[in-house]
Amino acid sequence: MNKIGKQTLLYKNKPCLLGGYAVVGPKEGQGNFGKYFQTVLKDDLFGENSYEAAESKMMQTSFYGAVDDAGIRNVDVDVFVAGDLMNQIVSSSFAARSFDVPYLGMFGACSTMAESMLVGAALVDGGFARIVACATASHFSSVEKQFRYPLELGTQRPPTSQWTVTAAGCSILSEHGSNIIVESSTIGKVVDWDVKDVNNMGAAMAPAAVETLKAHLSDMGRSPDEYDLILTGDLGKLGSEILFDLAEYNGIKLGNNYCDCGQMMYTNEQKTFMGGSGCGCIASVINSYVLSRMRKGELRNVLLIATGALMSTTSSQQGNSIPCIAHAVVLKRRD
Amino acid sequence: MEDNTRNARYNAYVESKMAKTKPWPSLFRAFWVGGLICILGEVIKDCAILWFGVEEEAAGTWELMILIVLAAFLTGVGIFDKIGAYAGAGTIVPITGFSNSIASPAIEFKREGVIFGLMAKMFVIAGPVIVSGVCASVLVGLIHILL
Repeated sequence: MNKIGKQTLLYKNKPCLLGGYAVVGPKEGQGNFGKYFQTVLKDDLFGENSYEAAESKMMQTSFYGAVDDAGIRNVDVDVFVAGDLMNQIVSSSFAARSFDVPYLGMFGACSTMAESMLVGAALVDGGFARIVACATASHFSSVEKQFRYPLELGTQRPPTSQWTVTAAGCSILSEHGSNIIVESSTIGKVVDWDVKDVNNMGAAMAPAAVETLKAHLSDMGRSPDEYDLILTGDLGKLGSEILFDLAEYNGIKLGNNYCDCGQMMYTNEQKTFMGGSGCGCIASVINSYVLSRMRKGELRNVLLIATGALMSTTSSQQGNSIPCIAHAVVLKRRD
Repeated sequence: MEDNTRNARYNAYVESKMAKTKPWPSLFRAFWVGGLICILGEVIKDCAILWFGVEEEAAGTWELMILIVLAAFLTGVGIFDKIGAYAGAGTIVPITGFSNSIASPAIEFKREGVIFGLMAKMFVIAGPVIVSGVCASVLVGLIHILL
């Protein structure tokens, strides 16, 4: 049995992270992780007619980039596991259309990258695939259009709001070939603490993050200081402060090794209030910043927790609260 | 029941921790930008009367048309949303906000086609304003008849 405790999967055959690639928009390129991203677009339309098409093309580009980085060919990929935030995850499916590779569509909102890696690693670990590509993408303009207001509408953003990251990231998981392994993962539960404010996603998602963190640490019998880096997806400034408090309330002391991709994504001058959000947020950071630092040996043991808000515009308009989820994946350097 | 207490406590905690909009700076910005738009409207009206010899009522229509076209133009070139983000209600409340609320979805949804994109989605934001405006005028009309 490769299951540990209640929610955690331990990959005994040590599937590894063979390569990764991130494609981001111009604003993200000017942010704190700017120098780590492999491709920074000059124009966020990416030569396409619509932002939806641009998002899909970004995912495609990240796939080809990751395949290249891993030193394999497209046809070597056994399964492409991907998701995004568009209705019916069209960005992923449209990207997969040109690959000629078996495809599994995922949806976990902004937790999709962790979900994809969790499933991808299980496929490799179980011997059902040799190489799996996991990807997600999000685009500020397509998300604004689907979930909020038209771009040119002159409204004010509330101070708790976050800025959807224009980014795509793809990871190649393989049976062997790298010393960075996907050691374990924890499947999150849907958690809803009755937050209804769609402009305050960090507060809605923080309880899901703490539940998964708690489950992961207890299943693995670990403490947070055993990780060089604990990275959450897009809780933002407020959400990560809340996570700090909630963790402490649960007897988990998070230290300086904790950081949130959304909070770190932009500089203060970029005025994004609480920071970045969107499923491309953690995906782009894993496949650039985390991957490069792990390859250099500066990071050896990384816990990734991607959080997602599972509401729709309809559910919110009907007055429902925001159910959230968080999945965790552990990347470990083995040497 | 236990969950309800926890959720209520959590939401109160979030409320106490979250950043709030500061009312005074927002009011000030809305006031001076909104005021400036209204002055511009008055200038247009006066110019129409003085220079073009238009009657006062027609001059009012000139004013509205010019402000609407101006706001739609600024929306199209991507400037209006920046002014709106600064001024808030200052640009939304005058007729400029109405123009922007129709022009912006029209731009956004034009890729979905002229009929089902541009034309259909044009009123997603302004629609409620039009409906409540029509309803209010019907109501006022009825009261007027009864009195």
